Amino acid sequence: MTALETPTTTPEKLRVNPIVQSLRRLLGSQEGILVLVLLVLMAVVGASNPRFLSQNNLTDVFAANAYLAVAAIGMSMVIISGNIDISVGALVGVMITLSGNLAVGLAGMGWPLWLVIAISWAAPLAVGMLVGAINGFFVAYLRIPSIVVTLGMFSILKGGLILVAGGNTIYNLPPGYTLAQQSVLDIPVTIYFMVILTIIAFVWLRYSATGRAIYAVGGNAEAARLSGINPRRIVMTAFVLNGLMVGVCGLMLATQFNQIQATAPPGLELFVITASVVGGVSILGGTGTVIGSTLASVLVKAIGSAMLFINVSPYWLKAVQGTLILITVLADILRRRRQSRQ
Amino acid sequence: MTPILELDHISKQFPGVKALNDVHFEMTTGEIHALLGENGAGKSTLIKIISGVYAPDAGTMRLDGKDVHFNDPREAQARGIATIYQELSLYPELTVAENIFMGHAPRRKWGPFSAIDWNAMYEGARELLASLNIHDLDVKRKVITLTVGNRQRVEIAKALSLNARVLIMDEPTAALTETDVQRLFEIVRLLKERNVGIIYISHRLQEVFELADRVTVLRDGQYVDTRQVADTTEDDLVRMVVGRTISDLFPKLPSEVKGNVLEVRNLTRKPLTKNVSMNVRSGEIVGLAGLVGSGRSELAQVVFGFTPAESGEILIEGKSVQIRNPGQAMKMGIAYVPEDRGTQGLVRQMKVRENVSLAVLHSLTKGAFVDRPAERSLAERTIKQLNIRAYSREQVVNKLSGGNQQKVVVGKWLASKPRLLIMDEPTRGVDVGAKAEIHRLISELAQQGLAILMISSELPEVMGMSDRILVMREGRLVAEYQRDEASQEAIVAAMMSDTDMNKTKAVESYAV
Repeated sequence: MTALETPTTTPEKLRVNPIVQSLRRLLGSQEGILVLVLLVLMAVVGASNPRFLSQNNLTDVFAANAYLAVAAIGMSMVIISGNIDISVGALVGVMITLSGNLAVGLAGMGWPLWLVIAISWAAPLAVGMLVGAINGFFVAYLRIPSIVVTLGMFSILKGGLILVAGGNTIYNLPPGYTLAQQSVLDIPVTIYFMVILTIIAFVWLRYSATGRAIYAVGGNAEAARLSGINPRRIVMTAFVLNGLMVGVCGLMLATQFNQIQATAPPGLELFVITASVVGGVSILGGTGTVIGSTLASVLVKAIGSAMLFINVSPYWLKAVQGTLILITVLADILRRRRQSRQ
Repeated sequence: MTPILELDHISKQFPGVKALNDVHFEMTTGEIHALLGENGAGKSTLIKIISGVYAPDAGTMRLDGKDVHFNDPREAQARGIATIYQELSLYPELTVAENIFMGHAPRRKWGPFSAIDWNAMYEGARELLASLNIHDLDVKRKVITLTVGNRQRVEIAKALSLNARVLIMDEPTAALTETDVQRLFEIVRLLKERNVGIIYISHRLQEVFELADRVTVLRDGQYVDTRQVADTTEDDLVRMVVGRTISDLFPKLPSEVKGNVLEVRNLTRKPLTKNVSMNVRSGEIVGLAGLVGSGRSELAQVVFGFTPAESGEILIEGKSVQIRNPGQAMKMGIAYVPEDRGTQGLVRQMKVRENVSLAVLHSLTKGAFVDRPAERSLAERTIKQLNIRAYSREQVVNKLSGGNQQKVVVGKWLASKPRLLIMDEPTRGVDVGAKAEIHRLISELAQQGLAILMISSELPEVMGMSDRILVMREGRLVAEYQRDEASQEAIVAAMMSDTDMNKTKAVESYAV
């Protein structure tokens, strides 16, 4: 037998140049590829139009769209657990409308400013977890496919929102409400949100027992159940945490401008699913990281911005997003096929 | 009589297994020909070759004396070969008539247009059923509303509507009630009179004697013999089916048997666990034998809480306990290595390390996070103890060989430090080398005082490894043997025969 056929060969003999090896590992991961593509994009577009690399533009790309990356963290958890949530866009619409109306209404009633702001900031998080729990209950305990449950939730929330808010714009937000406009050390807080939540979620998913269980349930729910894991509780947890992340996303979106458009941001859920999938979260569940999904949301937005700078119609962005999804899903399926053949 | 179907020197290889090796089979018109063999003897492969699902690697097949090659099941059907599989292949939401004429409904033409001629179809369906002496079946009823027996009759009518001359029936009585079995036999005899050749697969020996003209026995993919049923006895057939002698592949080490670890009393969960009482003691290996579908895995899953018991009692070390889910079973010190490692044992995308720690994640957790050094050393220990051949503990299990994957599953359960280890087909799909290693491991674990319940379809494995052997049939425990009193013939007879010759004995010996 040759060395190739005997996996018992000591690892030392197989060790190649460590730099080559870590490079190979980096490019073998979705995250590595995304970083590389992002760097190439910045170099190429920056060369043809240096203003693309200006601080203003980069801040815009990273900060103004950070809310999408945060929602993608939650979506990634749900997809890793073997499910999907398409109610996100409508949910965000409800959150920002509720938050804005609470802020304006309570301030108008003369409540102390700190309390008004605390309540209106906390409201999206609470609503997110509540709706996540409802979605999770239907999926985990009543065993209705998540795509059906969250499609229903999407319609309910969207219809309710139109009935209640009618697409109004909310003005006269109280001073201090606009959290997402703040900066710390010259860096917008939204970037802190994105980076810190990505790291926390990544570490939690990878190193906690519950996080590991989310991967196990998404990878093989029956094996997980036979290993003493309660898949229902795990799926429930994924949906509630997704709700919380969507809540943070809603908070960032509500406090981004001095007024709030009381509608569901169109296509939000599709963008968020795109980011997760392009970030390497397998649509079949069980694999992927939130670092990937965050990088992918930054990348897709950077591509959108780059198109403006090289005079391509931004309407092409949708086609680019779609192409990216197809490429990554195809790569994922091919990878799985190759593995199962071995 | 001239043979209608002849197969000569048929061989078929699957990755890692020689499913059929130089097999011979022939049948004449109007013959009922039984096909016998243990699970995995090659019966299914043979009928799949006859019905065009697989192409043989070598050998010839002749229909009416002429060589034939089927590229797919449709070609076989067109030549008059119909198959009724165990899982019936009807469309539940369509009517009886639609199912019978699926794909070849009578049509009616108006110039260039044509449409299904519903009246002709209903009439045709009624005629077909009447020709089988079936007059109580409404052809406009949806199949989903029918009993299993009636669905089977629809399948037979469908085969006849295709002018089948060879009808293959794969364990047709497995799911039938006694009355349905009798009606099925009548229909089969009717078909025989109409010169249809019938290949009849069954594990029930007395059906063979009641129905068949000839019987062909396969064993381990080899052709054993073809006999006239009239010239043979039940004992002959059992001997032909079993054949082997136990090799010393199975290193059973002596171990000290102590008190009960598991005892179950009148455990019931319908349909496949009926009033089961048994025990497994510390240091003891109890083999659980039976045909596929006899309820062995189901019993294990009831004990493990995967499908909790409806009634009955489970005692762990003498104490009555409630087990409603696998988590509770694990707390009681029970581990279950499932039958199908792909769908039940492993999370394939995960690494060796992550799979090995999956069942003990919570005891490995320190504060909020999994204790990584402890997890790593657990993985290293397991790899060493079970001699798992992997590049490293970080290798994705999907890339390991079957035997090594199985070791990972076993390792995962040993990590939970069980008192009772239930192993369901512990060496299925595992190569010979890994098999011997797993057997040695099982023996060593028993020596260390573990109670082991081993389910296996391989009789030599059951007989070689077990201190005591239990036999299940149709959800019941029907026989019990001590290691020294067990013979393959007796076990096979208990697995297959309908006479409960050992039942009383089993109950008595348990009561002691």
